Amino acid sequence: MSRVVIGVGNTARGDDAAGVVAAQRAGAHGVVATAPFQLIDLWEGASDVVVVDAARSGAPPGTIHRFEVGSQALPTGVLGGSTHSIGVAEVVELARALDRLPERLMVYGIEIGGMSQGCALSPEVEAAVDTVVAEVGGA
Amino acid sequence: MTTEREIVVDYLARVEGEGAMYLKVEDNRVVDLKFKIFEPPRFFEAFLRGRKFSEAPDITARICGICPVAYQTSACNALESAAGVVLSSELRDLRRLMYCGEWIESHTLHVFFLHAPDFLGYQSAIEMAADHPEEVEMALRLKKIGNRIMTVLGGREIHPINTRVGGFYRAPTRAELQVLVPELEWALEAAVRTARFVSNFSFPDFERDYEYVALRDPDGYAIQDGRIVSNRGLDIGPAEWDEHFVESHVEWSNALHARRRNGASYHVGPMARYSLNSEQLTPVARSTAAEVGLGPTCHNPFQSIVVRAIEITFACEEALRIIDAYQPPSVPALEVEPRNVTGYGVSEAPRGLLYHRYDIDGDGLITDAHIVPPTSQNQLSIEDDLRAYVPGRLDLSDERLQWELEQAIRCYDPCISCATHFLDLKIDRT
Repeated sequence: MSRVVIGVGNTARGDDAAGVVAAQRAGAHGVVATAPFQLIDLWEGASDVVVVDAARSGAPPGTIHRFEVGSQALPTGVLGGSTHSIGVAEVVELARALDRLPERLMVYGIEIGGMSQGCALSPEVEAAVDTVVAEVGGA
Repeated sequence: MTTEREIVVDYLARVEGEGAMYLKVEDNRVVDLKFKIFEPPRFFEAFLRGRKFSEAPDITARICGICPVAYQTSACNALESAAGVVLSSELRDLRRLMYCGEWIESHTLHVFFLHAPDFLGYQSAIEMAADHPEEVEMALRLKKIGNRIMTVLGGREIHPINTRVGGFYRAPTRAELQVLVPELEWALEAAVRTARFVSNFSFPDFERDYEYVALRDPDGYAIQDGRIVSNRGLDIGPAEWDEHFVESHVEWSNALHARRRNGASYHVGPMARYSLNSEQLTPVARSTAAEVGLGPTCHNPFQSIVVRAIEITFACEEALRIIDAYQPPSVPALEVEPRNVTGYGVSEAPRGLLYHRYDIDGDGLITDAHIVPPTSQNQLSIEDDLRAYVPGRLDLSDERLQWELEQAIRCYDPCISCATHFLDLKIDRT
């Protein structure tokens, strides 16, 4: 089965759109999640899944964090948070507890800069999105 | 010798947005208590000035990703009443159906993922999922059907795009709604199981004599509109809000504190709705409430989790009723001609009464907007609860007391992002 690339983010909030833009550029493999809770349903039945989210760890904008989800929990406080403190890291751990993780799951966190309403991606994040898409296999 | 004790929570978990709590106790007396909202203000009311009246539902929906339908509905109600437009019963039912979806998803999120861990002794829903996988799976499926209703009617589940002043851009066909029925029938059973599950939790022995404020609708358990009533005799239309309630700024909160004109706190949300309108609940919701031991009113805020489960049950039943009776409206929206007038609108967001007021000029531009979300209204009640709760529990360790106080705050499902248009806890014992 082919790889599924799921992007998480808010397209109205500047760099926070990074994950969504990556999924869009991944073409036929790409799926957009508007809320992290949707991940468990979106990867149902897929064995090879990539999730791309915004990260805010304090690293320079455009930095790419890569996590192979194995037996270790994802670090908290790196990936973009979400409403009610349930972000990608929490949903991945929830899926682990429910035995609903895909066989292979990679999570990419793209370090973001501005989150102003209605702004486009910053050049650093734009370049990082392209790097991620090239790595995970675009259309 | 004076004994001092201070409990501080700098960043409250499992609430929406950024808040904190501070408690200072001297000689077993609460000398300072603050529920702090430090999320930055969001200036939505200012954004609205100069915008076309028809943009208000889409702009205000952005205040909250959990309850956008509430913002859209209160905005539409205000602007329709300003124009003298009254929706047909078909359009009103569609709005009610979409709102049922929001109650299901928002309440399910709070009951299972934010509040249940408090009662079961887990730090998070993730820890809870390892021991209660069946319940958490049920919650995910229940939340999804709520979101599904919002998607079918609203075009997407977060910040729906199909709502407009006067109705909808497009009304669904009967077939589009019928496909929701099997999953809603499952959801109704799951909601009853949810009520049974949460009613077995142990609840601190605590009650308060609240002034409950909620909407009342003669046609059914109020959701999408109605008159503002209370258990102390208040009975007013939305236009009279300013005569009975007032907002003020306190230095420890970026959300305005709403109170009654006499200075007293009041309580909005599921407990208020249930206590004022439980007689109007649908049959399964009513029988389930009786089965799990809820009387016609409820004054223990910790039991709000049970009341939410009853409201999920109600919302599933009501959604099924509306879908069964649905006939597409002759037009998806009524024409709304702006007038130089002020419009007032209210609805019952999952967390309680949501009030909007708009001043419109002759060109249909908004000249002033005033939005009062439920969490702003509940801040004072939250502080009053904590002030009443602490004195009987000073023998508890700081750690246990902090746990229970955070749990008490979460009874309100506070939405800080909405209120700033909040939570860290700090306990100070001297």
